[in-house]
Amino acid sequence: MLAGFGMMTESIYKSGSNLEKLLAAGQFVVTAELGPPKSADLEMIKTKSGYLRGQVDAVNITDNQTAIVRVSSLAAARLALEQGVEPVMQMTCRDRNRLAMQADILGAYLLGIRNLVCLSGDHQCFGNHPTARHVYDLDSIQLIQMVRDMRDRKIFACGEEIKNSAKAEAKEPRMFIGAAANPFADPFEFRVIRLEKKIAAGADFIQTQCIYDMDRFKRWMDMVRARGLHQRCKILAGLTPIKTAGMARYMRDKVAGISLPQALIDRIEQSKEPKTEGIRICVEQIQELRNMEGVAGIHLMAIEWEHKVGEIIGLAGLLPRPTPPE
Amino acid sequence: MIVAEQKQIDEIKGYLAGHRRVLVLGCGTCVTVCLAGGEREVATLASVLRLGGGLACVPAPGVRDSGEGKLETLENTIERQCDAEFFDPIRRQAESCDAILSLACGVGVQLAARLFPNKPVYPALNTKFMGTNEAGGKWQENCLACGDCKLGVFGGVCPVTRCSKSLSNGPCGGSEEGMCEVDPERIECGWQLIYDRLKALGKLETLLAAAPPRDWSKTHSGGPRRLSREDVVQG
Ligand code: SF4
Ligand code: SF4
Repeated sequence: MLAGFGMMTESIYKSGSNLEKLLAAGQFVVTAELGPPKSADLEMIKTKSGYLRGQVDAVNITDNQTAIVRVSSLAAARLALEQGVEPVMQMTCRDRNRLAMQADILGAYLLGIRNLVCLSGDHQCFGNHPTARHVYDLDSIQLIQMVRDMRDRKIFACGEEIKNSAKAEAKEPRMFIGAAANPFADPFEFRVIRLEKKIAAGADFIQTQCIYDMDRFKRWMDMVRARGLHQRCKILAGLTPIKTAGMARYMRDKVAGISLPQALIDRIEQSKEPKTEGIRICVEQIQELRNMEGVAGIHLMAIEWEHKVGEIIGLAGLLPRPTPPE
Repeated sequence: MIVAEQKQIDEIKGYLAGHRRVLVLGCGTCVTVCLAGGEREVATLASVLRLGGGLACVPAPGVRDSGEGKLETLENTIERQCDAEFFDPIRRQAESCDAILSLACGVGVQLAARLFPNKPVYPALNTKFMGTNEAGGKWQENCLACGDCKLGVFGGVCPVTRCSKSLSNGPCGGSEEGMCEVDPERIECGWQLIYDRLKALGKLETLLAAAPPRDWSKTHSGGPRRLSREDVVQG
């Protein structure tokens, strides 16, 4: 993980992360999510990391998710790494301008972080500082391009080389670049075009918004394959197990860009054990996605349910997780 | 035009606490059209202030309310408060008052303050945005004066202003049925508007390539902006 530079630059890999290696080897990968604590609580990061260690290939560390202040994704990603979890650091465009972003990317690389997901970020009106000023100096596509240029062209956003002086050698941060895609937002036909823009900008992998409406996801994947996008970029299908019917209704009614069919809500409602039923639905979804051409893995966002991830992955027959090739 | 709305009356009264004779000064341009600071609003506001003449409210910080006597209001409306020459006819009247309550936008209030260095000038309005009148009593923000207009690329819909995140490569994942995640009841997704418009024009290919990062130095981020044009400089 903390391998030296020379080795990295010789490598056939862009970043050398586990996630990149497993995807390159054609493994069906599993990523999960770890939401950092809302206080300076190291124990919580350790506990959550413990639930996920060995159960998944890499773990997204969210960046002030839903615009609520938490331990920074940079710090939490490093701490997760120390707990034996490969982090996928998330970075949103809401809270930082291009200077802060590039500084954090350099720092993250030095701290051993090799995967970076570039996001617009939820608007601050959803969080606990709705009167804050947002940044959006760059948007997510421009951020992807910047991270790619830092890695492949060894330049900053301004075009300057990433080196200490004219004679020094360039020391660039080498990230495996992720992005998000939402097949359930509008305008539907434009969603794949925007995905293609992200791929052209440099996205190596995509994690989708959580899928409940499998029909719409299939139609989206048809469009993805028609454009050959699954061959240019690895697509991980996003899933969030439903815990209660109330949670399902909340997501359907209150969260923008989520489509949740009534049939699923009925299943949870009619079940005597809604949590078990939620897990069962999730496992069925994994099976269906595994057989879908162009889906390279899943991204399991078990919100405040990290301790159930191992169980879900096990039931889906995806354990033990493979060891990445050298 | 510049769209503004009147402040809460208590805030205005707070500013005027302790003053005896106030010029209530309207502006005949944008704020007249958006029904916030024209002749009519001046008359209404002045009478409200006179009726509540005791000004029994919390004085603004640093202002002492003597608590006696009534407030005297003078009314006037000039064509534009953002142009010094229009102040000439009201100079005398202004000098005879101990404060000016301006119903202009922030630009007008600032110019009034500059022209009357020894007189307190207070704003009666909150300047909201540059926009259009959509229907009776409804206005919409359209332009943030970014200094580098890209409407030609985006089908005449401004992504900087109409997108809640000012994205150059939208729409984000929060766009649903034409509405923005920030307020799906009231805010249209600016990027849906851009998409629809370019589609109608048969120019969707404009959106295939990623728009590069913006040059925000041309906005207020680069400091307060000035413009000087050699071709019109006199003398
Ligand atoms: S692009 Fe700039 S100048 Fe043009 S409408 Fe938008 S904010 Fe105004
Ligand atoms: S939903 Fe549309 S308007 Fe709102 S932030 Fe996203 S792209 Fe911008």
